Amino acid sequence: MAVSSEIVLRVEDLHKRYGNEEVLKGVSFTVRQGEALAIIGPSGTGKSTLLRCINRLTEPDRGRIFLEETEITSAHIDINKIRQQIGFVFQDFNLFAHLTALDNVRLGLMKVKGLSKREATERAMHELARVGLAEKAHAYPAQLSGGQQQRVSIARALAMDPKVMLFDEPTSALDPELIGEVLQVMQELAEEGMTMIVVTHEMGFARSVCDEVIFMEKGVIVEQGPPEQVFLNPQQPRTRQFLSKISELYGGVR
Amino acid sequence: MRSGGRALVSFEGGCRIEGLELLKNWDVWKQLLQGTLVTVELTVSLLAVGLVLGVLVALGQVYGPRPLAILCFGYERFFRAMPIVVLLVVVNYGLVFVANTYQWDWLRWPPFAVAVLVFGLHSSAYQSQIFRGAILAIKPGQLLAARALGMTRLQTMRYIVLPQALRLAIPGWSNEYSGVLKDTSFVFAIGVTELFRQGWQIAQRTREFFLIFITVALIYLMLTYLGTGLLELVERVWGVPGLAGQRREEHGRVV
Amino acid sequence: MTPFCETFPEGSFLRLACDSAPRLLAGLATTFQLTIFAIGLGLVGGVLLALGRVYGNKPIYWVSTAYVQFIRGTPVLVQLFLIYYGLPAFEIRLDSLTAAIVGLGLNSAAYQAEYFRGAIQAISRGQMLAARAIGMTNLQAICYVILPQALRLVIPPWSNELIYTLKYSSVAFIIGAPELMATGQIIASRNFRYFEVFLIVACIYLVCVLVISKLLDVVEQKLKIPGLEMR
Repeated sequence: MAVSSEIVLRVEDLHKRYGNEEVLKGVSFTVRQGEALAIIGPSGTGKSTLLRCINRLTEPDRGRIFLEETEITSAHIDINKIRQQIGFVFQDFNLFAHLTALDNVRLGLMKVKGLSKREATERAMHELARVGLAEKAHAYPAQLSGGQQQRVSIARALAMDPKVMLFDEPTSALDPELIGEVLQVMQELAEEGMTMIVVTHEMGFARSVCDEVIFMEKGVIVEQGPPEQVFLNPQQPRTRQFLSKISELYGGVR
Repeated sequence: MRSGGRALVSFEGGCRIEGLELLKNWDVWKQLLQGTLVTVELTVSLLAVGLVLGVLVALGQVYGPRPLAILCFGYERFFRAMPIVVLLVVVNYGLVFVANTYQWDWLRWPPFAVAVLVFGLHSSAYQSQIFRGAILAIKPGQLLAARALGMTRLQTMRYIVLPQALRLAIPGWSNEYSGVLKDTSFVFAIGVTELFRQGWQIAQRTREFFLIFITVALIYLMLTYLGTGLLELVERVWGVPGLAGQRREEHGRVV
Repeated sequence: MTPFCETFPEGSFLRLACDSAPRLLAGLATTFQLTIFAIGLGLVGGVLLALGRVYGNKPIYWVSTAYVQFIRGTPVLVQLFLIYYGLPAFEIRLDSLTAAIVGLGLNSAAYQAEYFRGAIQAISRGQMLAARAIGMTNLQAICYVILPQALRLVIPPWSNELIYTLKYSSVAFIIGAPELMATGQIIASRNFRYFEVFLIVACIYLVCVLVISKLLDVVEQKLKIPGLEMR
């Protein structure tokens, strides 16, 4: 988990409003190369919106985002080229229903990156093996369990060779016994040095795998710091309240 | 009429044998076969026209800007409200009227072409609904995932939406085929010589109305089963586990 | 009517529309008559066929199924011709309007049979058991428990069928039934203004279908029971 000092992602003063409700009220933070950042907090506080603003699946109203040196919120940018460098894993997996696992991973490589079929297949199989699903390459999404589908979706994102991976509550839609296999893949990724931002309710993961934790509530960052600080010695009262609620539910942080 | 005045029993005994003899006549079958070919040609042509237009209208209604979507909605509403026979007759006379008024001879289309045009437009309205239902049945998250990979809107439509929508549309499309095949008999009103008209001509010649029309009916039945059977095969070969369409309507009628 | 019509210039489209209006409206009345009788016949036939297919014994099931398959697989025009031109061979001669009603009605029955079958099967299971459990016979259960609910469920496809029958009643002109299309044909054959006359006819159909569709939508909304909907 070696974190360098190179800044991969910088978010400056992000604002987003839906109708009358301001969901993001000026969020700023940076992510360094090799860092695994967890974003925790109550539901509906804008965590998912934040993530979607980073690759502009949702357009922010105000604020700037920088991927390495490039300002991706600028109007002159080709957002499709940028999205190739950002991997996104959805809560609902969103695998392409009409394609096999292999085709799902290959599609972006062939049609977006322009690789030949042979090169794409090689790369895709490598990623599928990395998430432990090489033998399911020819299965369709409907034939895979939730955990398997999510791992394929991780492979699909990894195949594009992104600079940063965004995980939007990757295990929230999974049955409890399937959560482990996905978290394990994510842990291995973090240990290999992938820069990642994970929005999650899995406190154990945030605490043991991540280098930095952000606690967000009502559209603002309430507290930010390494897991030892946020979980064991929270500075803000709201953080303390939230964490105590969690440990009531689970009998201590898992 | 030749058979008038006979009691039912003697009709059974007398006329029926003569009637069935008719079916052994090769000329009768030749005529019916020619008619069947025209019917099939007509059906395939109009379905093709309807397919292209239907997909375009569906895409326009789902993804187009609001004015286009409203236009597509109006298009669909109009063709669904208009009886097909009426439309056929009006357009047929209309083309002649306009051709006469402006001396545009290129508008003097043969009835077959008029039929393909009118039936094609009419079918496209129903097909657009089938495709619209199919497009809307695709989980929207997949479109987000495609964009997240860096695909353009066009690529998303080509690689994600279209392959799934076409598969989802097959059952509905099978019903449309059924409805359209039967409706082709209406071109009788504008003078195309397809299966129905051939049957009519034979029946008029031989006065064996019941027998000939039953035969014609059975040929239509067979064409229906062949077509839907073929589409079922396509569905099975091309299908993907987890992607299944719905059959709800047949050319405007709930089935 | 005529003095009013003379306010339009001679030979204009509006003058033609005005002059033809009385006869066209008479044709329209016949069209409505045709539609209502046909769909009524279809309703009775449809319910009987559906009951036959759900509750009937083997021979009844096969006969009703064969009927439904045949009608649904063959064009309505063929069916009309069979009745109007084919039946006389069996000493049954119907005038064109009656033949049209019978033909469209028998056609509609086959399609309505399927909606009713779907509705009956959607309701049938538990309700039938409950009815039998309080001592009703099969017939009573069907009349007092199953059918009232089934009739509610079929309202959406049924109103669709009504519109469909109204539209396809136009086909009856081919066998000479004196409905709207045929009336238009007669008028046009006298003044040779085929396109314009049929254009008026088309507009009348369009307006009728759109208005009646809207009315049926309103009725449907009023008759809805929350929770009782066809999936």
